[in-house]
Formats: sequence, C-alpha cells, structure tokens
Amino acid sequence: MIVRIPGLLRSYTNGAESVDIGSPVDLADALDELDARFSGLRFRVVDEQGAIRPHIKMFVDGVLAPGLRAPVAGARELMIVGALSGG
Amino acid sequence: MVIPRKGGAARSRPTKLLIATRKGLWTIESDVARRAWKLAGPQFLGNIVHHAVLDPRDRKTLLAAARTGHLGPTVFRSVDRGRTWKEAARPPAFNPGSGRTVDHTFWLATGHASEPGVWYAGTSPQGLFRSEDGGSSWAGVEGFNEHPQRKVWCGGDQDGTPDGPKLHSILVDPRDPAHLYIGMSSGGVFESTDRGAGWRPLNRGVKADFLPDPDPEFGHDPHCVRQHPQLPDRLYQQNHCGIFRLDRPAERWTDIGVAMPKSVGAIGFPLVLHPRDPETLWVFPMDGSTIWPRVSPGGRPAVYRSVNGGRSWQRQGIGLPASQAWWTVKRQAMTADQAATVGVYFGTTSGELWGSRDEGRTWKCLARHLPHIYALEMA
Repeated sequence: MIVRIPGLLRSYTNGAESVDIGSPVDLADALDELDARFSGLRFRVVDEQGAIRPHIKMFVDGVLAPGLRAPVAGARELMIVGALSGG
Repeated sequence: MVIPRKGGAARSRPTKLLIATRKGLWTIESDVARRAWKLAGPQFLGNIVHHAVLDPRDRKTLLAAARTGHLGPTVFRSVDRGRTWKEAARPPAFNPGSGRTVDHTFWLATGHASEPGVWYAGTSPQGLFRSEDGGSSWAGVEGFNEHPQRKVWCGGDQDGTPDGPKLHSILVDPRDPAHLYIGMSSGGVFESTDRGAGWRPLNRGVKADFLPDPDPEFGHDPHCVRQHPQLPDRLYQQNHCGIFRLDRPAERWTDIGVAMPKSVGAIGFPLVLHPRDPETLWVFPMDGSTIWPRVSPGGRPAVYRSVNGGRSWQRQGIGLPASQAWWTVKRQAMTADQAATVGVYFGTTSGELWGSRDEGRTWKCLARHLPHIYALEMA
C-alpha cells in the first residue's frame, strides 16, 4: 500500500511524498509500519489512547477511516491529511 | 525578617535569550554592554513552542516543547546549544488506558544539580513527567499523575484556563532533589518531599475568589510560582487572585498584592526574582477586572518592582508606551539575567521584546513584529 505523506510530516520521511509500506491488515498496522521506518511519526498523528488526533484525517482508497481498526487489507492507498486547524 | 543582600558572582558577558512563540523559536543576543541586540531565527517555524530551556548544568543541552495545529505534542532536543535538533524518542504521554491525552507540554524544568540529565515537564492537562536521559525519554511521575486525589485537586481535563488547564512552575529545591513544588492552573501549589511519590496542597492564605470557600485547601489558580535560588525557603507566586509570599516552613501565604495601587490591581501572569536578592521581584500587572480583559491596565503597560519582599511596589514604565498599548505578558514570558546590575526582559502577546539593563528603571524595545510570545528564558 502506498501512503501519501502530507507536507507537515515530510520532515520524518526525508521529504518523501509517498512511501510503500507493503500489505498492512488495518490502519493500526499501517501506522506501526510507518513509525518503524520513521520514528516518532505515529505519536504526532495518533494520541496515547489510540485515537486519531482531532485535526488529522486518514483516507483509505478515498474513504475516511473512522479509527485505527479500519481494515486496509487490499487497499492501494492511504492518504494522511492535516485538516483545517485555525490560524 | 531581614535578609542580607547576597553577593554572588555577577556576570559581565553578552546576554542571550530564547524566545518561544506561537509560531516558532527565536534567539536574541546582546553585546557585553547589553546595548546592541541581534535577533536570530526562526527555528521550528510554524510550531507552537510553549517553552524552550537551556540546561544550566552543562550549558549545551536545550529542550523545546512544541506542537502544531495539526500534529500532537513533542519535545525537541539539542545537545549543541541549538545548532542541531532531534526529536525526543518518547515524548511526554499519559499511560494508555488512562483515558487522558497530553494536549501540549507547557513547562520544562531542569532537575537538581546533583542529577545531570534529569528534567521535568508539566503538561496541559495537568500531568507531571520526568526524564533521566536529558529529555529524550519521558515517563509519568505516577505519584502525581495516578494520584487518587488528582482529579479532585485539578477538576476535569475540560476545566481550567482558556488555553487548557496546566501544570507549571516545577521547582526543585537546590538543597534536596527529593523536595519539589508544582503549580497548577487550576489546582494550586503542591509539595512533595519524596521525589514526587506523594503530594500535599500548600495553599493556605491564598485567595480563590472564584470558589465558594474563601480559604480552600486546593483548587486555586497560581499563574507563576518562583523559589529563590539563594534562599530556597522563600516562595513567591503571582496568582489569579493576587500576589503572595511564603517563607517555609510556614504553611500560610502572605498577601503581598495588597500593597499594589488599587487602580492597577494585583492580577498578572509572570513573576521574576532578582538572582541574588530574595527581597527584590518584578511583576507585570494586567487588567483582571470585570470580564478580565487581560490587557495592560488602562492601555498603559508597566512593570512593578518590590525591593522589600512585596511590602511596597514601585511602577517602572520609563520607555514603555504611555498610552494605547493593549498587550500583556504571559506567565513564562518574563525573565532576568545575572549581571551585576540585573537586566529584566519581557515578551508581549503582540510580539514585542522589551528589555531593561538597569533593573527595570528604563525600558527599550529590543525586537518587534514577532509572533505572540509565550516564553522567554536565559540561554
């Protein structure tokens, strides 16, 4: 699965705009894989109770994921978005 | 009580300040005379930097507490005085399953001189964390975070100040690394004598006019608590309801805000101590009347200084705007240097940095057009 990395997280990916993370089963798996490659990234988008942070949205093949248990097996693309968060 | 003015080694070298703002981190450095200043930065542009602190024990480790509008809270760490930075491997975070989440790390404090590498962090909502590896890995101080009374002391995580309830003013007794004080908005001042394993409220005598009990045991709103480095039994606090002093082992705070002019009041955020004289302190009053405008009273900003432990206060406003200046100064955004004639500095909510090289007598604007300044620390 390809993960599209928003600008606000590219300091973790050495500027890479997309990353292939293989075949995760669910969103939690996908984020663990991302964090294994880019240490610290997960905690910036998921809090310590396992919730996606308020101004972060994650789309799996274009569909908004409700939480980390969202299945991603077989999906082609995970898009992480920084939603509007004020001035 | 007469407290002799202590000598100590006064510095004569350039002053450097860390300026933490809502949009990043800047530094400003003076010449030896503290007349010419040079601004540098930004670092972490776009990050909300609540606090940046240099470790006085090694004079090279710097920590910065940051988050962005989108991304969760973290701590950045430099071991070369800010030339390069690396993110903490394990930033402050509550225990999984606790149901609590750190919104931002608000306060950073170095540990005792005998414990190099130890740091403390206070968060919003109220949480206390400790690092033993120079700020890379953080663990909760469970004696506080998991204390059965914590929620009673602090209220719910939704309660508290407009920018979220905060744990701040982490004070480590220079005589004893196990002796700690913390301040909480709200919650009050608490003391531990066993390295954070146990805590007790220390608020008697402090006003809490927003609570039904006029003299409650806890639930107060200290904005900034300071402990004098050369007289560690002397504590001062700028509170939501006034200014107070405590000389341990006494347990009851003395109201020293009563000596402030009635037209100005005793409300404010920051409080700064003279590095060598426990009797001298500075505050920056703000308008806490009616609906709490939180601006300089009357649009005429001024610092107030006491040289007798708060028994009387003098206005210090020469050089500051005489009218129509509606900014104020946050609780971490005022500090003093170590020079023989102490320099005092504050950063404003409107992004101006002001400095005095004569202990507050006269003021000069050192930088303007910065973002909203959250914190100012000596580097």
